[in-house]
Amino acid sequence: MSAEINAAGRYDCREAFAKTIEALAEKDERIVAVVNDSVGSSKLVGFQKRFPNRLINVGIAEQAMVGVGAGLANGGKVPFVSGASCFLTARALEQIKADVAYTNTNVKLCGMSSGVAYGELGPTHHSIEDFAWLRLLPNLTITAPSDRWETEQAVKAAAATEGPFFLRISRMAVPDLVRPSDAMFQIGKAETLRQGRDATIIANGVMVSRAIEAADQLAASGMNVRVVNMASIAPLDIEAIRSAAETGAIVTAEEHSVRGGLGGAVAEVVATSCPCRLRILGFPGFLPTGSPEFLLERYGLTASGIADAVRQTIEARKAA
Amino acid sequence: MSTSHPRAELTVAKARQIRRLALGMVYRAKQGHPGGDMSVTDILATLYFGALRVDPANPNDPKRDRFILSKGHCTGAFYATLAEKGFFPLDQLDTYMQPLSKLNGHPNRNYTPGVETNTGPLGHGMPVAVGAAIAGQIDQADYRVFVVVGDGELQEGSNWEAALTAGHRKLANLTLIIDRNGLQQGARTEDTAALEPLADKWRAFGWDVVEVDGHDHDALLSIFTAPTAGRTKPLCVLARTHKGQGISFMRDQVSWHHGVPNQAQYELALQEIGQ
Repeated sequence: MSAEINAAGRYDCREAFAKTIEALAEKDERIVAVVNDSVGSSKLVGFQKRFPNRLINVGIAEQAMVGVGAGLANGGKVPFVSGASCFLTARALEQIKADVAYTNTNVKLCGMSSGVAYGELGPTHHSIEDFAWLRLLPNLTITAPSDRWETEQAVKAAAATEGPFFLRISRMAVPDLVRPSDAMFQIGKAETLRQGRDATIIANGVMVSRAIEAADQLAASGMNVRVVNMASIAPLDIEAIRSAAETGAIVTAEEHSVRGGLGGAVAEVVATSCPCRLRILGFPGFLPTGSPEFLLERYGLTASGIADAVRQTIEARKAA
Repeated sequence: MSTSHPRAELTVAKARQIRRLALGMVYRAKQGHPGGDMSVTDILATLYFGALRVDPANPNDPKRDRFILSKGHCTGAFYATLAEKGFFPLDQLDTYMQPLSKLNGHPNRNYTPGVETNTGPLGHGMPVAVGAAIAGQIDQADYRVFVVVGDGELQEGSNWEAALTAGHRKLANLTLIIDRNGLQQGARTEDTAALEPLADKWRAFGWDVVEVDGHDHDALLSIFTAPTAGRTKPLCVLARTHKGQGISFMRDQVSWHHGVPNQAQYELALQEIGQ
């Protein structure tokens, strides 16, 4: 299994999200969308035009948005509750805990424009904590797709699977990954995009294409590095992490805080069952202002930044 | 109390039984919220034995009326009501809050048939009820949605977010009942963060409001069973109640929010409630 980067273009995954929901809604009248004045930013203008009765805009009211989603699920609907990830997950965290995860309702939470998509707007609008505070909640499946194909697959899986979901949808343009024709998206199953023995990069979301580029850079200098796309961080593919540990060095890369997210999840497995060298790439805390690309570069979340981290981690292992 | 409504004789008897059961649960568990249990009991009894279209044999029937207890700490009265209605065996009430009991201090729909959503943190019931009412509105279904909130709970902003949407969408299938006993955990609501004029607030949010003695079964039944045809707004039933209703030493006493009776108090309370 391997995937190449299609250099032809870069795409906003929200478009794939919206197109898929519209297509599903055409066939399944249970599907509704719930928004907090976020019709445009969730790319649901088309959905609203086609299904005006099934687009519920509660206004700027995230707690009501999530609770209303839970109530719609109680009434037999399949609600996609969509708003900026920073507000959806932080403002309505108790509703997500009690009304969605604990009640175990069939609600699909869609955190749009996650990570540092709103870079210049500052830390109030960054969503680099959402993995950490949602990952603690039982019953909740958490997925961060890496490109258009995976976004479409994740939305379809969420619609087809009973139970609570959180889909983390970026607005940063990313390239398509060219996967083998038999590629399958499975919840809780990591996707190995490059085989390798010398080290493993585990990434998700917008960092996946950068991880592939990093592996390609390292291959040019003779290093054989595995790339694992851990789109689902809950449930977590523990076997894939154990297997990665056998390469002796793991570098995780996520558009999230270095605490409590993908790296934290991997660290829990590594520390308790398969100790190996581990480096967690992400953001250190509240960030300065700057474009998304500026912030990713500043904190080493680029292909060359990941490649450097891999080299350093391998060196550290050898030196130990 | 007048019992001229055809169902009032039954609901009054059920309320007496619910009070006895709830008090016994709190007494045995040595914890609970008896003050609020007693203030909401007549509302629960009239809904479950006089108004709600629910079937304990088919608790997830898509056409059922939905009842949501937003003041989720009043499980003494709520579980007693569900058991009396037949959702689960009465003897299960003896396990209330015991280790590994399905009867958690706050309701859990995954453990207890008849519970629609897990409540406990305040201000959660209203948005969920509004969502269920919107689902019914979209489907043009004829089920109704009822939600009971405590008055102190109205200090949570999420209620008002949901109230805006319910008013905006003219959810005529939605009935909110406010258990207006005037007391919250530590003091009177009006000495804490005042709610009055409460009826005006709901009217301003686009709701119809009816004020009622929340212990008057005839009045509650006539409101809950009134035809909904022709309604154009959600309905707020502002039910004036007394914390600890039915038990003289508990009535209107803030200390009984989560007080536990000793044996003498328990026996006296049972005497006052009657058989």
